[in-house]
Parts: sequence; C-alpha cells; structure tokens
Amino acid sequence: MRISKFIKLAPENFLSNEQVKSVYAGRRGFMAGAFASALAVASSARAQSMSRSDDPNIINLPEHTKGLGQGVAATGYGVPSVHEKNLQRRQSPGLTAVSQSGVSFAPLQGLFGIITPSGLHFERHHQGWWDIEPDKHRLMVNGSDEKMLKKPMVFTMDDLLRLPSVSRFHFIECGANTGMEWGNAAVPTVQYTHGMVSCSEFTGVPLRVLLEMCGADLKRGKFVLAEGADGSSMTRTIPMSMVLNDEVLVAYGMNGEMLRPENGYPLRLVVPGVQGVSWVKYLRRIELGDEAYGTKDETIHYIDLLPEGKHRQYSSLQEVKSVVTTPSGGQVLLDKGFLNVSGLAWSGRGKITKVDVSADGGRNWKSARLEGPVMSKCLTRFNMDWSWNGTPALLMSRATDETGHVQPTYAENRKVRGTRSIYHNNSIQTWLLQESGEVKNVQLS
Amino acid sequence: MFSYRKLVVLLACAAATAVFAQNQKIEGVGRTATANEVKAWDIDVRPDFKGLPPGQGSVKLGETVWEGKCASCHGTFGESNSVFAALVGYTTPKDMETGRVAKLLPDANTPSRTTLMKVSSLSTLWDYINRAMPWTAPKSLTANEVYAVTAYMLSLGNIVPEDFTLTDKNMADVQKKMPNRNGMTTSHAMWPGNEFGGTAKPDVQGSACMSNCSVDPKVVSFLPEHVRNAHGNLVEQSRIVGAQRGADTTRPMAALGAPAAGPVIPAVKSADKPADTAAKLKSTDVASILSKNACSACHGMDTKIVGPSFKEIAAKNNGKSEAVAYLSGRIKNGSSGVYGPIPMPAQSIGDADLSKVAQWLAQGANK
Repeated sequence: MRISKFIKLAPENFLSNEQVKSVYAGRRGFMAGAFASALAVASSARAQSMSRSDDPNIINLPEHTKGLGQGVAATGYGVPSVHEKNLQRRQSPGLTAVSQSGVSFAPLQGLFGIITPSGLHFERHHQGWWDIEPDKHRLMVNGSDEKMLKKPMVFTMDDLLRLPSVSRFHFIECGANTGMEWGNAAVPTVQYTHGMVSCSEFTGVPLRVLLEMCGADLKRGKFVLAEGADGSSMTRTIPMSMVLNDEVLVAYGMNGEMLRPENGYPLRLVVPGVQGVSWVKYLRRIELGDEAYGTKDETIHYIDLLPEGKHRQYSSLQEVKSVVTTPSGGQVLLDKGFLNVSGLAWSGRGKITKVDVSADGGRNWKSARLEGPVMSKCLTRFNMDWSWNGTPALLMSRATDETGHVQPTYAENRKVRGTRSIYHNNSIQTWLLQESGEVKNVQLS
Repeated sequence: MFSYRKLVVLLACAAATAVFAQNQKIEGVGRTATANEVKAWDIDVRPDFKGLPPGQGSVKLGETVWEGKCASCHGTFGESNSVFAALVGYTTPKDMETGRVAKLLPDANTPSRTTLMKVSSLSTLWDYINRAMPWTAPKSLTANEVYAVTAYMLSLGNIVPEDFTLTDKNMADVQKKMPNRNGMTTSHAMWPGNEFGGTAKPDVQGSACMSNCSVDPKVVSFLPEHVRNAHGNLVEQSRIVGAQRGADTTRPMAALGAPAAGPVIPAVKSADKPADTAAKLKSTDVASILSKNACSACHGMDTKIVGPSFKEIAAKNNGKSEAVAYLSGRIKNGSSGVYGPIPMPAQSIGDADLSKVAQWLAQGANK
C-alpha cells in the first residue's frame, strides 16, 4: 500500500523524532502508525468520525480555501515560500577561517532543472564582497605596451549597456569544488561535496568587441589579464582562444536581472567551461599582453600538486563531471518502490552527450534521460526511473561529453593525480543508500 | 508590373537589414583612457618583471612594516596564527640550487604547504602584496614598503640574508634562487588553447563499460557516526516534501537502530579490531614512529601546536567502536574540518606503523 497519503506533517513541518526513529528502525509504513496515534489524541469529533483512510487535509478545509489571501506587490521583490527556508547557501565549518575569503555552497539537494536561483548561487570571495555604485564603475582596456592597442579605452556601464549584447546559459564551477574529498569522504551532503557549481543565463558584451574598439593587435596579443575592482583586485590570465571565438563575455546580466553583488555587480567576466576564479568579479580592467601573468591565483593557489611534487600551472578547464542530487548524502528515503533519481552533469569542453547511472557500485550502468535543452558548457539535468527494493545500494552517475571524455572514478583519478591536489576533482560520486533509508557519502576502492 | 505592395515589402526588407546588420563599426561609445588613468590602475607585475616600479626596501624596514601590518595574521615569522596558511617554511638551500622543493615530494610528510614552497615567480609575491595587502587596507603600502616586506619574507625563508635590500635592479637575480622556480608544469590538457604547449588529450579517461564491469566495489571511506552532525542538523537542510527528508543528525544513528549489515558495508580488517581487545600501548611504543613521520611537528602530547594534541584526538574518539579504522583513514588520507581550519595532509606512513599509532590514539594516547 502507498503510505504517502497517510503522511501527517509534524508541527515543525518535518519528521518528528518518533517518525525518524521509525525510519531508522526500518519500519516502513511507520507513517500510518504515526497517523493513527495522532488521531487517538485528537479531540475533534469530526476527526474521530472520519474513516481511517480519509485525509484531514482534504476533509477539513484549510484556511487558504476558506479565507481571503494577500494582495499584489505585498513584497516588491518576491521571496521564496517560508516553507522553503531549509534551502540556503551554507558554509562548511572549518573550511576557511574568515568569511571574507570564504565559500558558501549552493543547496543542490533541493534544486530542479538547470538554473540556480540567483539568491542560492554559490559564493567565493577573496577579500569580501561589495555593492558597487554602477554609475561610478569603470572598465579600462589597455595593453601591456603601447603598441598592443591603438588606444587604451574607458567604458562606463552606460557605454557597455549600449553595445551588442548576447545572452548565454553556462555553468560556473570553482576549481576547488569537491576538493575536500580528494583524500577521503569528508563532508555529508551534495551541498558540500558539489555545491560550488551554479548555472545561470548571463548577458553581456563579447570581450573581442571591446578589444577591437581599442584597435587591439590580436596577433601579437597572446594573453588577456582580467582584474577586479575589489580589495583583492583579483587577477587571472584568460585564454586568448576563447576571447577570439567570442566565448568570453563582459557580463552585467544574470537570470534576467543585473548580477547580484555577491556575484560581481555590476560587471564580471564570463569564461565558459573555465573555473570560477577566472570569472573575475567587479571587473575593472582588461589588459592585452604578450606574456602570461603568473598571478597569485595561478602561481600559489589554483595549482594542482601532482604525485611527483610538481604543480600543474594554468590548469583552468573544468572537466566532465556529474552527481546524483536526488537522493543524496544526508537524506533519508521515506519508502521503498518507485523513485525518480535525478542529478546534474556538465563539462568545460562542451555538451554532455550521455549520463549513466549505477545502483550497484559501478558493476552495471543504465543510461539516464537527458532533459533538454542540452547546451554547451552548461548544466544538464538527468533523470532516471528507479525502483528501490529496500536493500543497500551504491548510487553513482558517470557523464560523457561531446569530445568523448568519460568521467573517471576516484581510483582512476588518483592513479594519475594522487590525492594531494585541492583542485579539479571530477571523480564519480558514490552515495550509499542504506537499508534504513539513510543515504551516506562514501568512497569506493 | 511593379506593384505598390511589392515596394512595401522591399522597403521593409531593406529596413530590417539596416537594423540587424552585424559587425557595424561602433563609434561614439567609450573614450580614450588618459595616461594618468592607465598609470593609476595598471599595477600588474609580470613574471618577466614588466610593470615593476623602481624602488628598494631592506629586510630591516620590512621587519618593522611586518610587525605593524602583517604579523597579526601571518605570525611574526610567517608561520601564521591559525588564521591563514603559513607563508614560510620547509624550503632548504638545496631547493634553492635545484629550483624544486623536496618537501613537496610524496614521502616528505610536510604538515602544510607554505607559500614559499609553492611560488615559482618572485613577481607574484611583489604583485600580490602590492595589490591586496594588508588584508583590511589593501593598496596602502608604498612601493618601497612592498619591496621591504617582500625582502623580509624572503629572509625568513633564508633566500636572502638579513642585511639584504631588494630593489627593482636585483629582483631578477633573486628569482634565480626561488626554491620552487622549476616546480611548475603546463603539460596538461586543462588550458584552452596552445599558448603553453600542453597536451591534446585529458590525462584521465574513465571507463565506458555498461554491464558486468570488472569492479569490486568496497566502501573504503565514509563519515564516522560522531561527526554526522558537524555540518549542522541535516534535517533542516532539505526540503520538507518529496521522496526524502534530511536526516536528523542530532541523534546518533546507533540509538535509532543500527543500519542493517549488507554486502556493501565495509569489512573489518584485522588491524581495525576494537581497541579494547588489543594490548595497551604506551607513548614509548609509538615514540619512534611519531618522530620518524614528523607527527610531533604539529601534534603535542597535551598541547595544540598546528594540529590538535594527541590527548585531544584520543578524547574525541574515546569509546568509538570504529575509532581505529577511522583514525587510520584520517592519518593516511589527510583530515580537515574536525579540529580547526588547518587541514592535515595525507601521510605516507607504513601500514604497520599506521595501525599502531591509530590503536594508541584509540586507547587514549597513554603516556
């Protein structure tokens, strides 16, 4: 019998301790029992007269069906339902010592589709965030020497919003996403294992347009430096090939509105498929040069320590990766039977072509449905019908991109890259679904 | 016959072409930057020292600036005060000769990776201090102070002597002594473009096997029960409707009924037997292991150094049935987030030594 129709929410809107205890004890159908005991103490004559299968949520008409609701524009900028307050950006305790150079993770365990709500977009700041006055913000474009450009230029936001505009969907992932897991399972939920990825529609001007307006020598210019206006004045060397093919955008828009302050308002660079640190926020300057820049975040951080003691420098691409988000670590399944297994896949090299899901630790795989649209360097949602029989299962997903790159396992990655790199961990994630219904973050041999 | 209707259509097409023409020359948007404006913002210094302003600063001046503006976060000797990662340490005169830092090798067991172990280009230190330091007042140092602070850091790492003065003229000479100057490689497929050479194919390719794949899945790493609430109560971090809820992690799983043993529950290895069935170990039994593997560099017996004291680790794991397996895993694979912000890197320690240390800790780190 389906038990969902017997579900009675506890007053605080999640499972009571008794109910959780029942889940852990493996007593499926516990909900029916909880409902019966709730009935026993209910004094309402109406409730007592109901037959056992009647749902009081149907029989007793709720206030919202019998009363007058709120008017328009009650809040000038709408906010999520109060019942969704569990889904928040959160920090991982102990990961960073100060919040101004910290990380907050997006709650992937509760998101649908591919677009990250802007208020839940992950954050990474290097010296604190600002809400900059847009009419005072400037973008300068100059050269590493006087011959690199015919003229260095300054653009206001007024200027930039006049220029040819494009809108594109892309994921942004921190190079250190899943970095805590290189050595061992370290954090409990998908929010903390994979929550430094988000996806939005970005609107802006192709950087090449600005360089051409300056009369840039795009043959001599081999590298672009992007620099932020905040205290860290974040700098990164940007791949010229991506500037020339119009992929790199100077962006002001995100999901139909201006960028959020935490994401670089009023201007940030968009470098599709490349790690988030290169998407310089509060963008104030672009320099075209003939040498790479060796900035702090490509010489001291965001470098990958290899087993032989050398570091990979200028490692920028986020390679093919996926993760099951439903169900995922730290959750408890309420029942056996049918389940929609769902997750996200992405690749910095292009489109996702295939996602396979395994429930037996990687011995057997089935291809999941890819939800459209499937776009280049963008999150792709996958779904799969599954029926859980109540025995332990090891849930995994494995993505393949249009270049034929297949997402590796931890064993495959560690064999080449070791365990000491903080960055670029695209290993296959495993969730252990235990008989109790609770899902655990685990790693396999 | 040329009809009026056709004319309207033609005119409409012409108008559309004018409106949507691409690659028009854009004029009257933006303006030329003045020389002063470029000078004010173009502060980057490249590895070839392009952009480096003239100036000089002594180690002595650097020490004064450091004490006033840097030491509160980075420590008097660049060792950090548990706030930021240590800047200085674990580089040797030999490294300065080879340009490779030996302590980055896997068997070196270095407790942390310092800035001087990693940085390959001296320009990077100058550029970053100049643009972003001090933390709460970036860009407040004069060029000479930046030279001085850089010189002081280098002297802490014994890269320059204490009476040294760093200038724009001798930066290139000091670059030749940077301990990790040869420690970088761009031989990988993760830079889009061919500017660094690199490789065409990704270094790790997964398997596309779909059925009866030759894997023997065993769970080798998982979160132990006693840290399940370390990220807050997970029941408050998932939606209140759906096929699942967040787990109530304020309650220990054991009290709620142990998870049923299935084929995927990790097997208990012989070394992982509960501590109380094994012989009681004393600190003298593990002293040589702790010393050989440099454990004591970061862990005191009773006091916190970089990491927690052995007694603190023992107390935290007291009575936990899986403590030996858990501690072995944390030592071997590295650990973070349990005791504080400084992570412990993975340790290359032999299996026999590893299980002995884990067992000693699980038994209470007896003296």
